[in-house]
Amino acid sequence: MVAQSQKSKSELTVGVLALQGAFSSHEAVLNKIGVSSRQVRTPQDLEVVDALVMPGGESTTMSQLLESANLFEPINARIKNRMPVFGTCAGMILLAKTIIDGRDDQLSFNAIDIDVQRNAYGRQIDSFEAEIEIGALTGSFHGVFIRAPRIVSLGSSVTALAYCGDDVVLAQQDKVLVASFHPELANDIRLHELFLEGV
Amino acid sequence: MAKTESNKTGSMVVKRGLAEMLKGGVIMDVVNADQAKIAEDSGACAVMALERVPADIRRDGGVARMSDPEMIEKIQAVVSIPVMAKARIGHFVEAQVLESLGVDFIDESEVLTPADESHHIDKFAFKTPVVCGATNLGEALRRISEGAALIRSKGEAGTGNIVEAVRHLRSIIGDIRKITQADSAELFEWAKRLQAPLPLVQEIAETGWLQVPLFCAGGIATPSDAALAMQLGAEAVFVGSGIFKSNDPAPRARAIVEATTHFRDAEIIAKVSRNLGAPMTGIGMDNIEQRFAERGW
Repeated sequence: MVAQSQKSKSELTVGVLALQGAFSSHEAVLNKIGVSSRQVRTPQDLEVVDALVMPGGESTTMSQLLESANLFEPINARIKNRMPVFGTCAGMILLAKTIIDGRDDQLSFNAIDIDVQRNAYGRQIDSFEAEIEIGALTGSFHGVFIRAPRIVSLGSSVTALAYCGDDVVLAQQDKVLVASFHPELANDIRLHELFLEGV
Repeated sequence: MAKTESNKTGSMVVKRGLAEMLKGGVIMDVVNADQAKIAEDSGACAVMALERVPADIRRDGGVARMSDPEMIEKIQAVVSIPVMAKARIGHFVEAQVLESLGVDFIDESEVLTPADESHHIDKFAFKTPVVCGATNLGEALRRISEGAALIRSKGEAGTGNIVEAVRHLRSIIGDIRKITQADSAELFEWAKRLQAPLPLVQEIAETGWLQVPLFCAGGIATPSDAALAMQLGAEAVFVGSGIFKSNDPAPRARAIVEATTHFRDAEIIAKVSRNLGAPMTGIGMDNIEQRFAERGW
């Protein structure tokens, strides 16, 4: 286990789960902020990271690859040991307590007390962009929603950090941050910076 | 309802956004709901619904067209991953029909018989993202200038032979590398030589990459083929005939998915390549009558 508390931003290594999906866009944002990133595909990769970003992509594909790469249990153990994690879109699905409209064999880490419905806004033709107000940030944030999942319910220990219409689209529980949209596609580093503050 | 008046759908950002989400994944050709289910079970990040896989189109000859909407809808009903479907080059009405069915991505594909011998579809006219094939950088940039949200190297579909995909990837990525070394005056000559819009060439010089993702298609039959495409610089792979024309599709599909993720890890590729049964037989390039890759302008 890597000691996290004494490290400054420049010493951090932030992992990006790179089994499938938009991991390179997350890496680009992290590099812009000036923290070093590492693609995580194996348990050995995981050992050297201080935090983990779970990108968008196909959650069913990632679920299967988490198993075949023997990554599910090690990541689960790290999350239980309070490793900070940031899940966007499919990454949020992987972190949720309950997945609605998922596959029966789909894994999730049960790391944040939310129920998430996959593809809840419709097919790709319904994918959309919208301005989001995030309390912790000044000015609006450009939300890109791609075949997005919807948070349909939150437990009492979960904090809603942003809404789009009536839906919570950004939520936090202790070291776990989730977004139903794609900050890595917005050309805006602020949300990743917010996540790193908690690291 | 999260959707409000101000929400914007069908923009280039959301169209390219879906292409970003498919990176590192395998998009599998399927001809019915059963195959679609096998593909999803095996870890496909999307499926391509079509009536015949390219190997059969090649064998049967005749005119190859958009699939029956009912077949596409049956596939949409059984999987939760994105569903793509093919329209003929230039056949914008087939694309309109596919959009009305709610397919997640339209492939303006040279595997089908072209409907127009000089014009491709105006892809900006669609809210659904469109992927196009390319054999070289000029072709890729012309498709991007028409609104393609994703480029795939064409390879030679239905052959089970990776040689053409390698040729096309090396050509596209090799020229991208050269452009990043060119000075500003040389970019005008590059645009002329590639028959491509100058601003797109200048953008490559600045960013070092296309403005949309680049995937590989055409000829992938083994886990090593998929990893080869990825190591050459493709960001995801399409597998057509290679899976369902092999002896035992499900294990091969799973192996190709794992090899695409762990494309730099030869030990994992070796492990997943064991005991997969016979791949599709494949065809040498000297023995094919019709090169699909030559379609497109």
